[in-house]
Amino acid sequence: MKKFWKLAATAAAASLIVAACGGSDSASDTTSAPKDCAVSLGLQFPETGDAANLGAPMLKGAQLAVDEYNAANPDACVTLKTFDTQGDPAKAPGVAAAVIADKSILGLIGPGFSGESKAALPAYEAAGLGTVTGSATNAELQLNGWKVFHRILGNDSVQGPAIAKYIVETLKPASVGIIDDASEYGKGLADTVKKAVGAGVKASDSIDPKAADFSAAVSKMKDANPAVIFYGGYYGEAVKLSKQLRDAGVKATLVFGDGVKDQAGYADAAGPAAEGAIIACPCKDGSADFISAWQAKYKEVPGTYGAEYYDAANVFLNIIKAGAKDRAAVQAALGTYDAAGITKQIKFGANGDATEAATVYIYKVTGGKITYVADVK
Amino acid sequence: MSNWLIYRTFWDLTVSGLVLGLIYALVALGYTMVYGVLRLINFAHSEVFMVGTFGVLVSLTKVFGIPLFEGGQYPFRTGFVLVGILLASLLIGMFVSGVGAIAIERIAYRPLRGAGDVYGAVALAFITGLILSFIFSSDIGLNLIIAAVVAGPLSILYLRIFKRGRQAPRLAFLISAIGVSMALAEAVAIWGPDERVVYQTPRILEKKVLFTFFGAHVRIDYVIVAVGAVLMMTSLLLFVNRTRLGRGIRAVAQDAETSRILGVNVDLVILVTFLLGGAMAGGAAMMFTLVYDQTRFNIGFLLGVKSFTAAVLGGIGNIRGALLGGVVLGLAENYGSAVFGGQWKDVIAFIVLLVVLMFRPTGILGESLAKARV
Repeated sequence: MKKFWKLAATAAAASLIVAACGGSDSASDTTSAPKDCAVSLGLQFPETGDAANLGAPMLKGAQLAVDEYNAANPDACVTLKTFDTQGDPAKAPGVAAAVIADKSILGLIGPGFSGESKAALPAYEAAGLGTVTGSATNAELQLNGWKVFHRILGNDSVQGPAIAKYIVETLKPASVGIIDDASEYGKGLADTVKKAVGAGVKASDSIDPKAADFSAAVSKMKDANPAVIFYGGYYGEAVKLSKQLRDAGVKATLVFGDGVKDQAGYADAAGPAAEGAIIACPCKDGSADFISAWQAKYKEVPGTYGAEYYDAANVFLNIIKAGAKDRAAVQAALGTYDAAGITKQIKFGANGDATEAATVYIYKVTGGKITYVADVK
Repeated sequence: MSNWLIYRTFWDLTVSGLVLGLIYALVALGYTMVYGVLRLINFAHSEVFMVGTFGVLVSLTKVFGIPLFEGGQYPFRTGFVLVGILLASLLIGMFVSGVGAIAIERIAYRPLRGAGDVYGAVALAFITGLILSFIFSSDIGLNLIIAAVVAGPLSILYLRIFKRGRQAPRLAFLISAIGVSMALAEAVAIWGPDERVVYQTPRILEKKVLFTFFGAHVRIDYVIVAVGAVLMMTSLLLFVNRTRLGRGIRAVAQDAETSRILGVNVDLVILVTFLLGGAMAGGAAMMFTLVYDQTRFNIGFLLGVKSFTAAVLGGIGNIRGALLGGVVLGLAENYGSAVFGGQWKDVIAFIVLLVVLMFRPTGILGESLAKARV
């Protein structure tokens, strides 16, 4: 019997490990662009997995920029190669190794999320491969001293205080509840909001995003009865949390960060439970030309970060057009890059963040649609 | 502050913990019964639950044609329509999970027991052919044809291997279990209409608060779960204790070889055990979607691990133990999250398991499907 239990325990452990790495098709090349281009760009992002809805506009934005570039420069085309991490930090190092091994890749667009950025950037730093993300907003990424790290939108240290400012000055609640998903992004954002709101925070809790039941956090919020609840995390859990809070009779205004700004993933999935929720995002819908080009190509309105990824891809494409032939030249050119993008004037500071201070845009779920309502500077 | 929180929210946490605990308990029954009869931990049981949630989802959206929302509101139903749909989805969930469990037994375990038959061999050969066909084409129609062609000769080969009548080593069963589990989850992930996303299930039951219990809101869906779970477990206990087949289950749990000699149809008993465990998981699946409104290809993983924990906690192989283990686990998780914070939920669950196993290595009630204490 003893022997059997040992065996069972080993097998259980093995199944956990296998399940943890299961389904990692680490590098998939699924672009529609011609394959004979000498030069390519990598895109590391969550193509599948929990946050795949957030990943789709990243690919579409970058692909749109690359397609436009290839149409304008048929002799010197660029291939976009995609690398799926499912947004999982555990998968990121393996994906990064695959990106680095492909010598045709001169620059990496992404990584999509903060956790995977933290896991993959040391490898890119060692390989000297320049990266530009349009979505990884954790407020500590720029403090790591990575020379290859660049980001074209405001980080959570901009987003957090802006959300707090909107909560305090516009919603004017008597008290605030804070919940996070214990992820690099969610906890980071929730902590900055918590700090900026200060004494108004009456209750806070973390949830396990893999679990289905958040009743402990829901009970806590019900007990504290705050007028506003901020959740730092992604849309998948935001749906479950919104429903469970409403089911428990919690009437507080729900406030989310950019990870929840997803029409299909959040507003369409949570339905009545999402109504009236406030979503803040440093992301913008983009210029009129961009929106019409997107609609012509994809038959839908641009998704979250679509414009930022279009800009990120164009940074690399402009550098390649200017004559950069290898990774070192691309990385060097990123440091001196200064040109207008569709979201802002793009110029990177010493720590890799865009120098133009980003505005945070406030959206609200009205009639089931995520609609723009205000700017917060 | 958080230390006081547990006093203020105690009954709230108790109610929601009990509900989750009962769902754990229903799934744990499958682990416990199969272990009792076969001394096998059926790691694929989490996928039996997952398949059940998809059965419920498909029955609601496709069979009854209920949309996710109607004009921005939940598609609530009332009266007999509501009761009818709830009962039908429960039966469909139980049926799908039960069939899933039997299929797993036929394909993944029976051949290893040295009792493989034609059906299992053909099914296994067909699946092997299907997997191999993806090397050559990704057109599903063509793949099915290739699989059917390959299945013929391959099933004869499998039958020859199965016919040896030799019991495979225990490790083979565990590997087979994990393999089936992963294959099922990935198949749903790949062949579902949307890859790997969370599916919302339509909410037809308006979650009204029926009564308050020391300030805790007791909702109608909670009451349905509690009543349903207790009814299902009671009927299972009655079946095992009072019927001929139930006696067979207890006999095989005690000593499979002797029972066979005394005329018990062991293969039938094993089949019934899987069917019952699967049906319980299917019931749990319906209740889960009722409370949480959602499913996903890997929904069974964490819940399966927790339910297995509940089975071990109560005493694996013990039906009452599964109920006790599930409830203890659900409550401990909720109370613990309130005291230490929600991120400690899983840690608390496994610490409870460790502490119990330290003092009672066979679980709270001990291992005993075989004894009269079932």
